[in-house]
Amino acid sequence: MSIYPYVVAAWLLGAGLWGVMSSRNYVHLIICLTVMQASTYVLLLSVGYVSHGKAPIFADIPTNSVVVDPVVQALSLTDVVVEATIVALLLALVVQANKRFNTVDPDAMTRMRE
Amino acid sequence: MSQLAPLAVAVPLLGAALLIFFHALMPRIAAELIALAVATASLVMTLLLLIHVGHGLTVYWFGGWHPRHGVAIGINFAVTAVGAGLATFVTLLMVLALVYSVRYLDVRQPYYQVLMLTFMAGMVGFCLSGDLFNMFVMFELMSVSAVALVGYKIGEGAALEGGLNFAVINTIGAFLFLLGIAIIYAHTGALNLAQMGAALRHSGDDRAVVVAFTLLIGALLIKAAVVPFHFWLADAYAVALTPVCLLLAGAMSELGIYGVGQVWFTAFAGALGSHVHVVRAILVGAGLLTALWGAGMAMTEDHLKRLLAFVTISFVGVFLVGVGLLTEDGVAGTAVYVLADGFGKALLFACVGIVQHRLGKVGQHRLHGRGRRLVATGLLVTAGGLLVASIPPFGPFLGKSMIDDAAIKVGYGFVPPLVALTSALCGAAVLRAAARVFRGWGAVPRDPPDEADEDTEPETIEPHDRTPATMFVPAFALLAGAVATGVWSGLPDLAATAAHRFADFAGYHAAVFRTPRHLGPVSSGSPEWFDYLYGSGATVLAVALAGLGLWGERLLPGWRRVSTAATALIRPVRDLHTGKIGDYTAALTLGVGILGVLLTVSLA
Repeated sequence: MSIYPYVVAAWLLGAGLWGVMSSRNYVHLIICLTVMQASTYVLLLSVGYVSHGKAPIFADIPTNSVVVDPVVQALSLTDVVVEATIVALLLALVVQANKRFNTVDPDAMTRMRE
Repeated sequence: MSQLAPLAVAVPLLGAALLIFFHALMPRIAAELIALAVATASLVMTLLLLIHVGHGLTVYWFGGWHPRHGVAIGINFAVTAVGAGLATFVTLLMVLALVYSVRYLDVRQPYYQVLMLTFMAGMVGFCLSGDLFNMFVMFELMSVSAVALVGYKIGEGAALEGGLNFAVINTIGAFLFLLGIAIIYAHTGALNLAQMGAALRHSGDDRAVVVAFTLLIGALLIKAAVVPFHFWLADAYAVALTPVCLLLAGAMSELGIYGVGQVWFTAFAGALGSHVHVVRAILVGAGLLTALWGAGMAMTEDHLKRLLAFVTISFVGVFLVGVGLLTEDGVAGTAVYVLADGFGKALLFACVGIVQHRLGKVGQHRLHGRGRRLVATGLLVTAGGLLVASIPPFGPFLGKSMIDDAAIKVGYGFVPPLVALTSALCGAAVLRAAARVFRGWGAVPRDPPDEADEDTEPETIEPHDRTPATMFVPAFALLAGAVATGVWSGLPDLAATAAHRFADFAGYHAAVFRTPRHLGPVSSGSPEWFDYLYGSGATVLAVALAGLGLWGERLLPGWRRVSTAATALIRPVRDLHTGKIGDYTAALTLGVGILGVLLTVSLA
C-alpha cells in the first residue's frame, strides 16, 4: 500500500480547512467543506483498496476473485448522502442570509449584529 | 424485549415521516398531539428498555445478522444501562419540550415537530449504538436536525449566523470522526466497538491508533463544546427557540461526553490502557479549563440565554472531568450529575422562555426589576441557581460529590476545590441575574445592553399578560426531577452498577458475542463530610458572589478594584468569542493539533 493516498487525503483536509478559515463568502466556504469531505472519500477508498482487486459485485465474476473491500464503499456512499443533507441545509441558510440581509460574507453578518 | 432498542429510534422517524406526509390534512393541534404521542411512546420504550437492561447488556442485531466466530457481520445496538438511561432522559426532556412549545408562535407546523422527532431519534440512536460508524450516522442525524432547529427563526440574522456556525464547526467535527473511523477500520478491520476493542487489545499503542484516537476524541469534544472547540455553542444556544434549548443544553452537549466514555472503554482502553494516566491528565485538564472558562464567561454575560449557554459549557467541562478520570466511579458520578444538572439547566431555560413570553426581552440590562410580578418564575430561577451552585443534598450536589470522591481516589486532590469554584461562579451568575430581573436589586449594570437583545421578541402566541400552564407545568416537572435525583436514595447505587457495566470491556465483548456473564449490583459510597463542606461552601460562595455583584461597591470598599481586575482578566477571553467561523475553525484546528501533539509526545 503506497503512502500516496494518505498524502492526498491530508492535503485535501488541510486545503479545505485553510479555505474555511480564510473564506469571505459562505458559498465558497461550503465548497471548502466539500473539499475537506473529499479527503474522507480518498482515505476510505484507499483503506479498502486491494491491488488488482475487482469491484465487489459477484454477479459476473467468480466468487473466489480478489475484490476491493465493499465495506468502505458502503461507508463512502453513506457519507455522500449524509453530507449532501448538510450541504443542502447550509446552502438554504445562506440563501436566506442573502435574501434577508443581502450578504454572503461571514464577517459582514457578524458586523451587522454589532 | 431487545426489539425495543431499534423501535425507540424507528418509531420517531416513522412518526416524523407520517407527519410530513399527511400534514396538509391536519390542523396544528393534531400535529402537536401526534408528535407528543410519538415522543411519549419513545419515552415508554426507552424506560422499558432501561428496566430490561438492568445490570446486564441488551444486544440487538439488525436483520438478524448475528456474529460468526467472533466477527461482527451485521450492525448492532448494544445497550448498557448508561446508554439506556441517557436515552430515557432525552425522551423525557423531549416530551416536556413538546408540551412547552404548544404556545409557540414561530413553529410553522409540522416542520418543527418533524425536526424535533428526528433530533430525538438521532440522540437516542447515538446512545444505543454499538457500532462506530452507526454512531457517526446518528451524530450527523442529530446535528442536521439541531442545526435546522437553531436556525429556525430565519428572519433573525443572529439565528442564521448561529445556525451556520453550528453547522460548519460540527460538520468539520463529523469529517474528523469519519477520518478516525477510516484509520481505525484500516487498523482493526472492525466497525463494531466490541470487535474493535478485542483487536486493539492485541495491537498495542501503534501510531495509527493514536492518530485515530485523536481524531475521534477531537470530534466528540467539538460536539460536547469543550474549550477550545466551544465557540459555536454560545452563538447557537442563544438564538435557538427555548424548547429546543431544553434539549440542546439538557442532553445534546452531554452526548459528546458520553461518546468519549463509550469510545474509550469499549475500543481504546485496551490499546492505550498502559498510558491511562496520560489520557486522564489531558481529559481532566481540558475539562477543568472548560469548566472555569465557561463559569468566568457566564459571570460577564448580560443576555440570559448566552449566560445559560456558558453555564452549559462550564458543566460540560465538569462532566469531562468526571468521565476523563477513566474510572467507573467517575462515570457513575457523571451519570448522576448529567441527570440532575440536565433537569436544572432545562428548568432555567424554561424559565427564561417564560420571561421572554411575558416581558419580551432576555437581557438583564433591559429586564432590570421588570420581573417583580413573576413571583413563581423568580422562585424557580432562584431554585435553579441554587441547584447549579450544588446545594446539598440535591442531585447536583450528589453528582459533584461522587466525581470529587472519584478524583481523590486517583490522586487528583485539586479537582474538588476547582469544581466547587465552578459551581459557585455559575450559581452566582444565575442568582445575580434572578435578583436583578425579579427583584430589581443592585444598580443597573454599567455596561451597555447586549445588542443581540435588541431584536429579541416573544416567541410565543399572545396574550402575554399571563403564563400558560403548558409553560409552567414542564418547568415545575423539571424542578421536581432535579429535586428527585437528590432525594431518591437508590440512584447512586444504580449509577455505580451501570457505570461498572459501562467500563467493563470483557463483559461488553462477551455479551455482544453471545457468552453472557452474570453481573451483580455494585454499591456506591455515600457523600463524605468534606463533600458537604464543598457543596455548602460552593452555595454560600455563590450567594456571596451574587450579593457582591449586586452591591459590592456599597458593601466592600475595595470591591470596585477587585471587580475591575476581574473584568480586565476576563476581557481577553471574552474578545476571543468573535462570532466568526474562520476564527472558530482556527481554534478548532489548533485544539486538535494540541491534542494530537500531547498524545503523540507523551505516548512515545
